[in-house]
Parts: sequence; structure tokens; C-alpha cells
Amino acid sequence: MSRFRCAIHIVPRRGILDPQGKAVADALHSLGFAAVGDVRVGRYVIVETEAASADAARESLRAMCDKLLANPVTEDYDIASVEPA
Amino acid sequence: MKAGIVRFPGSNCDEDAFHAVADLLGQQAVYLWHKDHDLQDVDLVILPGGFSYGDYLRAGAIARFSPIMQEVVAHAKRGGLVLGICNGFQIACEAGLLPGALLRNDSLRFVSAPVTLRVESIATRFTAQYHVGQLVRIPVAHGDGRYTADADTLARLEGEGQVVFRYVDEHGEPTRAANPNGSLRNIAGIVSAEGNVLGMMPHPERAMESLLGSTDGLPLFQSILDTLQGGVSA
Repeated sequence: MSRFRCAIHIVPRRGILDPQGKAVADALHSLGFAAVGDVRVGRYVIVETEAASADAARESLRAMCDKLLANPVTEDYDIASVEPA
Repeated sequence: MKAGIVRFPGSNCDEDAFHAVADLLGQQAVYLWHKDHDLQDVDLVILPGGFSYGDYLRAGAIARFSPIMQEVVAHAKRGGLVLGICNGFQIACEAGLLPGALLRNDSLRFVSAPVTLRVESIATRFTAQYHVGQLVRIPVAHGDGRYTADADTLARLEGEGQVVFRYVDEHGEPTRAANPNGSLRNIAGIVSAEGNVLGMMPHPERAMESLLGSTDGLPLFQSILDTLQGGVSA
């Protein structure tokens, strides 16, 4: 078993109103960042876990996301990185 | 009737619910500790309002995994009655007892105010004492009350009469202005397909005494009592 440091992005699913993202987009526009389009605010979760391999760690992370870390009704997740810890 | 009110770390409407059942309805009420596995043979489980586990991760997400919730889910699967109020509605959705999810209010503000609801269905074990289209005043107090579900789920809820309460204006119209949180279709409360789990963001347990401004929550508890005493079943 090896230790992995894993990063997960969780974001509101497209098509679901994200009022935080909209507020941030409005603020960016008012600061003059006129080119900014859609903004979505999500969570960045770092999990350290033991696993036999990076692939096994990813599989375990997907189960964690499906069961707890992301809400399957409203959020999408993406395992951004799995690095030896 | 014997009602069990679950106490999670962070529950804060547990005593209101207890008061409603024990003092105002004159029925038996017990607290159910989140770490216990014993439902104490209650007929009705109330998941009260509050901020269980500090709303960490998402409202209701952690409470769902507490030991007592395994028993509450089993109770619901046996057809037992569950009433989820506010945070209890969020927990019931996270636990899969009800479809959909409750997201941050579209205003990004915590809303604490009396609202007007329209009773959409009385063919439930929770609402038989109202009449269809009745307008009731019940307070809300939440930051994450925006009901969301996919289009198929919404169509099913509407088609099967599972939408029980809707936010409306004083004329009974589900307007944008009457919607305190941006819930899809102004949905304030829904019942499960089997009809034994009701989740709602407004607080009927805070609308039980005229001294506190409204008694419109009383028929909800009386409907449950009637159901359990064999009066009405739907």
C-alpha cells in the first residue's frame, strides 16, 4: 500500500442555477473584466488515502464522491490529481 | 401517537417539535439521539430543523450517515411516517428518502419570515385536515431551501400529486416574488411516492399557537394523528 494525496473538484452541474457563481461574475464585470462569461463556484477537496496503486486510489475516490463528497442530483466532480504523498 | 424527534449535533428546532407534539397535541414525544440505533417504537419520526453537523460539506450530508438514520431509513422502508422539517427535509433528500436536493437560496441570504403556502394535495397522510388550494401562513428560516430536481423528477412529482405545498402570494399565485429561495416551481414541500415521508422547508411546528402568529401548522399534526389513529389513510 502507498499513500496518495488526491485532489477533487466538485462543481454545480451545468444548467443548475449557481447564485454564488453569478454573484462573482457580476462582481468581476463591475471590476471591468468584461470578457468574463459564466462563473461557477464549487469546492476543492484534498484527500490523503492509502491505496495499492494510483488507479485503486481513483476508484476509491469515485466511490467517496458518489456516496458523500458530491451530491449526485446537483453536482459534478472531477478527480484532478492523484500524487504519491 | 408516539413521536420520536431526532437530535443531531446542531439540531435547534427539536424542542419546538417536542413542544408541538407533547404540549399542544397532548401526545407522547421522545427524543432520539443521533448515535442510538433504537427508535423506541415510535409511530412518527420527526427530523427537526437546525444545522446538523454544522451543515458541513452540504446541509444534511453528514447527518444522513449517523447511526439513527439507518433506523429511520428502515422505518420509512417499512412504511413508517417521517416528517422532515427544514434541515430535516435536507437530510431526507440526502438520505434518498425524498427525490431532489436543497441548494443555497438564490438570494444568497438567510431568509427568516412568515410565508404563504398553498396546499396542493390533501390526499396524503399529512394534509387531510386542510382543503385543496387552502392558503396557510407558516414561517421559513433557512439559507439552503432552493428545491431542485431534474425535469423528469419534477414531472413525476407534479403528475403523481407529490407536491404538497407551494410558495404563493396572497392571491394564491406561485409568483417569483412569493418564492423565498428560488425553488423550482415554487415547491415548498413534497411527499414520497409511497406517501409516508413528507419534507418541507417551512416550519409547521412554529405555527401551532395564535400567540406566535399562526395556527396553520396545527392541521398538519392533526392529520398525522388521524392517520395513526386509523382515521384517514392515503
